[in-house]
Amino acid sequence: MQRTSVRACLARKVSAALLLTALPVAAVAQTAPAAPAVPPVKLGIVTFLTGPAAGPFGIPGRNSAEIMIEMLNAGKVPAPYATAGLAGAPIVPKFVDEAGSTANQVTEFRNLVQRDGVNATVGYVSSGNCLAVAPVAEELKALTVFFDCGTPRIFEEKPLKYVFRATPHATMDSVGAARYVLKKFPDLASYSGINQNYAWGQDSWRDFVAAMKALAPKATVDKELLPKLFAGEFGAEISALLTTNSKIVHSSFWNGDLESFIVQNGARGLPARSTMVYTAGETAMFRLGAKIPDGTIIGARGPHGVMAPDTPLNKWFRGVYEDRFATAPTYPAYHMAQSILGLKSAWDKAAAAKGGQQPAIDDVVKAFEGIEFEGPSAKIRMAIGNGHQGIADIAYGSFRFNKAEGKAEIVDVVRYPAECVNPPANMTSTAWLEAGMPGAKCN
Amino acid sequence: MTGLRILLGAAILGGLGAAAPFTPLWLISLVTLAMSTGLVVCGLIILWRGGLVPFGQALFFATGAYTVALSGRWFGVTDAFLLIALAVIMAALVAFVVGFLLAQYREIFFAMLSLALSMILYGVLVKSETLGSTDGVNVAQASFFGMKPRGPGYTFALFWLALGMVFSAWVGVSAYLGSIAGQLAGAIRDNEIRVEYLGISVTRLVHLKLTISAALAGAGGALAALSISHVDPQMAYWTTSGGFVFVTILAGAASVPAAFLGALLFEIVRTIAVALLPGGWQLILGSVLLLTILFVPEGLGSLMIRKRATVSEKGAA
Repeated sequence: MQRTSVRACLARKVSAALLLTALPVAAVAQTAPAAPAVPPVKLGIVTFLTGPAAGPFGIPGRNSAEIMIEMLNAGKVPAPYATAGLAGAPIVPKFVDEAGSTANQVTEFRNLVQRDGVNATVGYVSSGNCLAVAPVAEELKALTVFFDCGTPRIFEEKPLKYVFRATPHATMDSVGAARYVLKKFPDLASYSGINQNYAWGQDSWRDFVAAMKALAPKATVDKELLPKLFAGEFGAEISALLTTNSKIVHSSFWNGDLESFIVQNGARGLPARSTMVYTAGETAMFRLGAKIPDGTIIGARGPHGVMAPDTPLNKWFRGVYEDRFATAPTYPAYHMAQSILGLKSAWDKAAAAKGGQQPAIDDVVKAFEGIEFEGPSAKIRMAIGNGHQGIADIAYGSFRFNKAEGKAEIVDVVRYPAECVNPPANMTSTAWLEAGMPGAKCN
Repeated sequence: MTGLRILLGAAILGGLGAAAPFTPLWLISLVTLAMSTGLVVCGLIILWRGGLVPFGQALFFATGAYTVALSGRWFGVTDAFLLIALAVIMAALVAFVVGFLLAQYREIFFAMLSLALSMILYGVLVKSETLGSTDGVNVAQASFFGMKPRGPGYTFALFWLALGMVFSAWVGVSAYLGSIAGQLAGAIRDNEIRVEYLGISVTRLVHLKLTISAALAGAGGALAALSISHVDPQMAYWTTSGGFVFVTILAGAASVPAAFLGALLFEIVRTIAVALLPGGWQLILGSVLLLTILFVPEGLGSLMIRKRATVSEKGAA
């Protein structure tokens, strides 16, 4: 008897919990625009909604998608995007969580395309997921725009037709970092690196070393540390770094690892000996504030966030984002915004070619190839990867904590043009770096 | 295992295969992937009955998957049957080698040692940049006896292949579980010394069970690699092994078909949960598993057995 009542009670509680969590979803579903004349465009949005990558990347990406789609549907985005929706068709988003195995992601991608019938998908933070989804997108002939993953391998391994990435790939982050470091330390004798032992960390470090070899052949590598992902505790690594004479330490850390590393190395006095270079540091700078020493070199995987130029589009984007979410948009939010705007540019261009009619997916694909468009932070040109991979400028700067206003700032910002930090169309990024970056135009 | 039941199973699977062209494609891919998990769980049942719970079955799963990916990449092997055969052989070989060590241990020591071995493979894969580290590598599309179906045809071909594998695994594993070696599993769990007194080496028996279950895990890994077209080190990670153990709990060790039904149910619940609650789907998944453990502690298979038992009782009365 006792057991039955406990069970029944538990079942009630579980169903109540399920119901409560389902309510906000229902509320969101009801705010969709009322019966439009043009059939809506269904857009799959895939980012991390749960797990360790949700906070720094997934949620800013999701929030950015939410507000961009809402504003595009209302026609409230400034020129040249002031027309409503995608060529007049309202966008209906379907959000999917990127957490889980690659198998889950491929299954959910198939579900989006074949079950839910989305017209296009924008998403994916993890490079592994991008690599896994790309061949499926080709197989299903499903227009897919990757928004945040960084690996250059996507279009370098084989040409793709239905996959695009407006966001520049990660080679740019390492080349930009190397150029900025050498501007600050022209006589650099040696440097070290601490990167997570997984694809992003390994690639970032490899590209950084290759770029440094090309730009400052005399500088040597002191310590090359690859602690495991989400280690969280870096006592031994900090001790190792303290024994070197490296003027700079390169790190592509993000999330919890980045924050704990900053706090732990600060306590041990590492920044007094070496200037730290965080290529993805921008996602943590507002949370840590004064804990980051002044002069730390910060990157944002593009000229995003506080390094973005003062254009009307950027001012508008920051304004609406901060009003809605009470926090400044970090670079994943910019990556999402520029990916959606790229899709809109291609869609509108394809529709214009058909006299204003809704274009077929193949028309959009054709229009997307090689297109140039304005993102909130930079002009994006789909110049490499057969017109499927975007290139843009990148900016690096030095951190400063403004004590008077209690605000994290980035000063000494240097903006490098796209051709200065990206490989040309006919070379893979590795080949380009190993050849000493021929054809880089930096003026 | 009577001829009648084999015929019945063949009829059910044949019916599923015939229904494929009238089924939505996303569901077919989902079922194919669930069958790959089912094959691994099928192997787990063999060990489970002997009281052995490996927390590192992902070692053999990933070995199978990477064998498929690398045979295609390095040696240009594209035939699906050959790839699966290679994956099964490789996984069984790995199990045969590590079995000399693993078969000495029982209970938590067996579980932890198998976990450690799978994490070694994970560590090696993560460190190998030529294999794409954590990003993994793509798997080329396979051919079937020289035929190269593409688009929906490829999805169907893989599904039919999966059904064939399920059928072979079902017949093979049922036959093994019914054999003397298979039936000794319960005896090993209860009292090893008595089994030794029967003149049977328990260590060798456990070694054999491990190798068979690894071959099945390798087959599952190969099918998963072909169906996802991508492999990554996550396949060797302990959460993957944990997932297999979870499905085994859901399915129970009582029945072989339950392994496939359990895997299918798990995959369907997960995908519905993701569609319903993008930001909290784990909550639904967790609740379902919790309720299963509360109300069907012996797993889904026990429901089938219980039903059969009730029918035969009635028959006797």
